[in-house]
Amino acid sequence: MPKPGRWQVATVKQVTTETERAKTFRLALSEASGHLAGQHYVVRLTAEDGYTASRSYSVASPPDESQDIEITVERLEDGEVSAYLHDVVVPGDELEVRGPIGGWFVWHGDTPALLIGGGSGIVPLMAMLRLARRSGRSDLVRLVASVRRPDDLYYAKELPGPETTVVYTREAPPSWGRPPRRLGEEDLRHTLAPGVTAFVCGSSGFADHVTGLLALLEFPDERIRVERFGPTS
Amino acid sequence: MKFNRDFKGRGGEARDPRLPPGQYDIGSNWPVLGAEATPNLATSEWTFAIEGLVGNPVTWTWDEIHALESATYEGDIHCVTTWSKFGVSFGGVSVDTLLACAVPLPSASHVVAYSHTGYTTNLPLGDITDGKAWVVWEYERRPLEVGHGGPARLLVPHLYFWKSVKWVAGLRLLDHDEPGFWEVNGYHDRGDPWLEQRYQGD
Repeated sequence: MPKPGRWQVATVKQVTTETERAKTFRLALSEASGHLAGQHYVVRLTAEDGYTASRSYSVASPPDESQDIEITVERLEDGEVSAYLHDVVVPGDELEVRGPIGGWFVWHGDTPALLIGGGSGIVPLMAMLRLARRSGRSDLVRLVASVRRPDDLYYAKELPGPETTVVYTREAPPSWGRPPRRLGEEDLRHTLAPGVTAFVCGSSGFADHVTGLLALLEFPDERIRVERFGPTS
Repeated sequence: MKFNRDFKGRGGEARDPRLPPGQYDIGSNWPVLGAEATPNLATSEWTFAIEGLVGNPVTWTWDEIHALESATYEGDIHCVTTWSKFGVSFGGVSVDTLLACAVPLPSASHVVAYSHTGYTTNLPLGDITDGKAWVVWEYERRPLEVGHGGPARLLVPHLYFWKSVKWVAGLRLLDHDEPGFWEVNGYHDRGDPWLEQRYQGD
């Protein structure tokens, strides 16, 4: 993988509310950097006294011709960067960013992929789903999104489709076929196919739960790629 | 970039001198990060090997490595995802003790540290000698949890923590640098937090 670009200044073009706690920021980069689906950018904030804080955010937008990227940011209670992005940043603001970063948790768009995301872990998987759809290769992808309740689903209008399944763990929409419960073997069994690589993204607890389920289904460990979201705020 | 309007963050007050640039104090948390499924390694199956450019390749079992002189680390750790954790303690054995058994050849300049899961990372030999690195199986005097690399992990606390291989299986001594898992994926070959060596080219 080439080294990530230098720090550059990006301009916020649009801010979209995904859920009560998540917003998507569309950023116009000053230097195009051609990300791959699954990679992340670092956002660095600088205070007037020179203090800086930086955090990594996965890119939700697919690789495309534009010089824009979209990142979706969950607002953490104590998050010095996420709270600033949510509470202060508006279109027209400038942000310092660096990327794209990561060469492991990436999907190149031409191999079968099973995408399993918990909560905000859906973000890098959404870049993969969008890549599959825009290149006409939805047949390669199955996506399972696990959320607590309907209001917690990111990209709620765009995500549903024949290649995706939403699993609700606490509260399901009315007349939803599956009662709310934790993601189980039965939710994944039908998504497995020979030659598939699994991309698992979420909290560490979610990642361990899912890799445990995949082990029970005799899915090979070496075909699992995991991205754990720590409390990077 | 000048500065972000109205951003103060956790700056303002005097910055803790233990914090390398761009890091923040995560307090009592200890996030579990990692790119693989967590393995289930029984101590009866765990081994640690030193191989490559050594006069005496050695493989220790769990009991054998515990019979060596024990050593502890008390201090700070720094993760490239920008958190630092102060005043932690680990117990295990010094890498110096292990290398003394294996006897590195004069041509050895670098190592690849590898795990039981296939993870690798590269280090200059000088970064794991003279009291700078350990193989540890205790955290705060308790067995190291599997999520944090138990039964045993490498500990190289003066470098970013991805160098401290979880579920460590051994060291391979080389006469050249050979980038590991994160290093071929864009991360820095050395990873000194005080020089903020996060990514290739820093």
